Amino acid sequence: MTDTLRALMGATALTAVALAAQAETITIATVNNGDMIRMQGLTSHFTDMHPDITVEWVTLEENVLRQNVTTDIATGGGQYDVITIGTYEVPIWGANGWLVALDDMGADYNVDDLLPAVRGGLTVDGHLYASPFYGESSMVMYRTDLMEAAGLEMPEAPTWEFIREAAAAMTDRDNEVYGICLRGKAGWGENMAFLSAMANSFGARWFDMDWRPQFDTEAWSNTLTFYLDLMTNYGPPGASNNGFNENLALFQTGKCGMWIDATVAASFVTNPTDSQVADHVGFALAPDNGLGRRGNWLWAWSLGIPASSDAQEAAKTFIAWATSSAYTELVAAEEGWANVPPGTRTSLYENQAYLDAAPFAEMTLRSMESADPTSPSVDPVPYTGVQFVAIPEFAGLATEVGQLFSAALAGQMSAEDALSQAQALATEEMEAAGY
Amino acid sequence: MARAVTTQRKIVFTALAWGIGLMIFFPILWTILTSFKTEATAIADPPVFFNFDWTLENYRVVQERSDYMRYLWNSVALALGSTFLGILIAVPAAWSMAFVPARRTKDVLLWMLSTKMLPAVGVLYPIRLILIQLGLLDSKIALIFILMLINLPIIIWMLYTYFREIPGEILEAARMDGATLKDEILYVLTPMAIPGIASTVLLNIILAWNEAFWTLTLTTVNAAPLTAFIASYSSPEGLFYAKLSAASTMAIAPILIMGWFSQKQLVRGLTFGAVK
Amino acid sequence: MATQHSRSAARAMMAPAVFLLLVWMLVPLILTLWFSTLDYRPLRGTFDCCEGLGNYVRFVSSSAFWDSILTTLQLLGGVLLITVVGGIGLAILLDQPIWGQGVVRILVIAPFFVMPTVSALVWKNMFMNPVNGLFAHAFKAVGLEPVDWLSQFPLFSIILIVSWQWLPFATLILLTAIQSLDSEQLEAAEMDGAGPLSRFGYITLPHLARSITVVVLIQTIFLLSIFAEIFVTTGGAFGTRTLTYLVYQRVIESQNVGLGSAGGIIAVILANIVAAILMRVVGKNLDA
Repeated sequence: MTDTLRALMGATALTAVALAAQAETITIATVNNGDMIRMQGLTSHFTDMHPDITVEWVTLEENVLRQNVTTDIATGGGQYDVITIGTYEVPIWGANGWLVALDDMGADYNVDDLLPAVRGGLTVDGHLYASPFYGESSMVMYRTDLMEAAGLEMPEAPTWEFIREAAAAMTDRDNEVYGICLRGKAGWGENMAFLSAMANSFGARWFDMDWRPQFDTEAWSNTLTFYLDLMTNYGPPGASNNGFNENLALFQTGKCGMWIDATVAASFVTNPTDSQVADHVGFALAPDNGLGRRGNWLWAWSLGIPASSDAQEAAKTFIAWATSSAYTELVAAEEGWANVPPGTRTSLYENQAYLDAAPFAEMTLRSMESADPTSPSVDPVPYTGVQFVAIPEFAGLATEVGQLFSAALAGQMSAEDALSQAQALATEEMEAAGY
Repeated sequence: MARAVTTQRKIVFTALAWGIGLMIFFPILWTILTSFKTEATAIADPPVFFNFDWTLENYRVVQERSDYMRYLWNSVALALGSTFLGILIAVPAAWSMAFVPARRTKDVLLWMLSTKMLPAVGVLYPIRLILIQLGLLDSKIALIFILMLINLPIIIWMLYTYFREIPGEILEAARMDGATLKDEILYVLTPMAIPGIASTVLLNIILAWNEAFWTLTLTTVNAAPLTAFIASYSSPEGLFYAKLSAASTMAIAPILIMGWFSQKQLVRGLTFGAVK
Repeated sequence: MATQHSRSAARAMMAPAVFLLLVWMLVPLILTLWFSTLDYRPLRGTFDCCEGLGNYVRFVSSSAFWDSILTTLQLLGGVLLITVVGGIGLAILLDQPIWGQGVVRILVIAPFFVMPTVSALVWKNMFMNPVNGLFAHAFKAVGLEPVDWLSQFPLFSIILIVSWQWLPFATLILLTAIQSLDSEQLEAAEMDGAGPLSRFGYITLPHLARSITVVVLIQTIFLLSIFAEIFVTTGGAFGTRTLTYLVYQRVIESQNVGLGSAGGIIAVILANIVAAILMRVVGKNLDA
């Protein structure tokens, strides 16, 4: 949006309506994930404390939400006062000056309690631009009963080779048990999140130091071939349409032997009301190939305030509440410790009540600590981000690449074709973007 | 023409028609059934049809999370508002095209239809920027106008074709009797045009109710209709078929019921001049 | 026979519609045209003059463009074929004397009232899902391997969903037309020994020509801008990216408004060409 355009339109506009009077209504845009829905359910606790603030929720499916929020912030629409964004958006939008810096969140906020890796991902030039609501890495979740039946034992830090062996041993197609469930649905936040992180452990990377796309390398070829081989032989049918939610449903209904995905899933798969396999779930670090990097990512759903918001103070008050330790305790009191939003604060992992209730806590923390957004792969990279590249072009590009890889998984093209098309696509896109 | 085979024929055709009818309706029936199941029953294999513990739990959960009535009201307001406005503008236009044809009438009509082919997403940025300048983002007024405009070509066309079938001689006779233009419209044309207008109204309501691009991208809270309500239930975490079904049923039920009750009126005018 | 007075009155009555549609078309169109010549990428903060035709060249020269045209035509053709053929069949069936005709008609037209997002979600999850979907259950029940509809037959699946939504519309229009058919004519033909097929071919079908034209025309207008069904089911993967969806990807997913606007303009031009062809080829049927 530039001044020329603003001026042009301003001249023809009938009125420039300023909505200053009712500044105390905040509109919160969020994803329809379980933790956010819980937060929405607890709104009354917040409004009881702050009767002068009215909260309006806009809860949308992730893709629709992202589309609406991005368009709104890019056009300065000011529709939202609090937005739910991730570690991909925050550095870009913060640098563009579209987010309000959260420097003065009050004494109770305790910014130093935030996990360093997460805090780093949300900080631009020394300013925190969004407050983490929950953070996640990825890890292996597996069925202890099936592993035992297969006569195998999951090491704490498995290799990809072991994963393949275990997947083969656990697969029982007649009973609809598939050794491994992985993301296949196309999207930069779906299959490409998994594959980019996996590629890191195979020594592959998105770009070299000169921003040249690397899909023509041996390392990427190894990554994709291994993934396709694994999924074709031991994966569930229709894997190319499975994202996080689809795999979660499969795992909860006992159809997956192993599932490598977000650490937050741990509380869903161990929750007896939703999961039929709650008593038989074990956890391990994401696999590696002995190259010094594991295939785990780092992500934090965070709450930020668009600079176009007209209720920034009220929004800050809300964010301070929703991402505080006090909120964690509130959730613990209402729904139990296992359901608190994980992965944002060190203090949570020092809390014995949480550690007792969440058998996955230690593995989550170790996974998060082992991910390094500034040096995600074996070789050096010019970008930050483990499972993404923090440049504006990434989302569009990675979604298109994801569609190629998804098509390869569906058997519509070979791994070589998918990679060479991805390389061509990425080269074209990066040239157009001026790299 | 009574024949021996008639009854037999009738049985065969009845069975066939009911079979196909039920098949076409089945996805909707299944959605409604699933909305009364638990999440586990919803994905049960073999599927359960009627023999399960009916529960209203999904509706309760959905209602607790989203204020259904507000979305419903917005949908009603947008659908009725845009239809009312559209009819107000379309009836005179279609009337004059039908009864006072000019050389360019057909071209104008075609041009109107072609405006409907503008791919919405291509003009998303311009429209948004204009609305921001006017302060009309997330306002019902703006959406009523937009929905009216995207359906206007269709309803003008529909009315035009309907009006054309009204015999011109009647008008001439009325004019001979000294009827003014106003009389013509009020006492001669309107009664004959009512069925066509009624079915146009219904079609426009359906189209406006189901529009899912602008209503989703230009609203947040104040103007968000049921299309936005549904967007909060597609693929959440974990099992969701039953809740999705409940939300879907809530979103389509009002228009479905309206459609069924008024199907006779809808059908009567839905010819687009196809019947001579 | 129209007087000068009624002519100007007629113009006055048309004016609001014409004016509004003109504004609705021209203002966004001009802005889009302007954007299409810019390097406008909001996430980069660029809004720079003068790409000239650069965006157009890039949009057209990418391989995705031609694929998307082909996909659009396939989708359009598939849906039109299913709805017209199915619609004729259903209309003839519903025109027969059957018990409970009103109820059957209600069942048949129901899908038309369902919003596209809902129908796509229901079909995708509850029917086409290869593990928990009803089709998968049915396949397993008869001992077949479940089919993963949305990745093995992605375009066909979308055609199926869209056809389900539009079949009622086609049926309704065609049914009204069939009901207006002079039944004495059919009976006379039957007396003369014409079989059902020739009666259909020589009497019914010609009678329906006009309504088929209408169905094709109106559906084409709506089908060219199909979006929700693709967004919900495949997100444009597996060769289901239509031109509209490609523009969406450029504008929203890549946030390259300049490039997307160029695509939008191209889509408008192509849509108008399609409309013009349609009008030439079948439009004669619409002349009174």
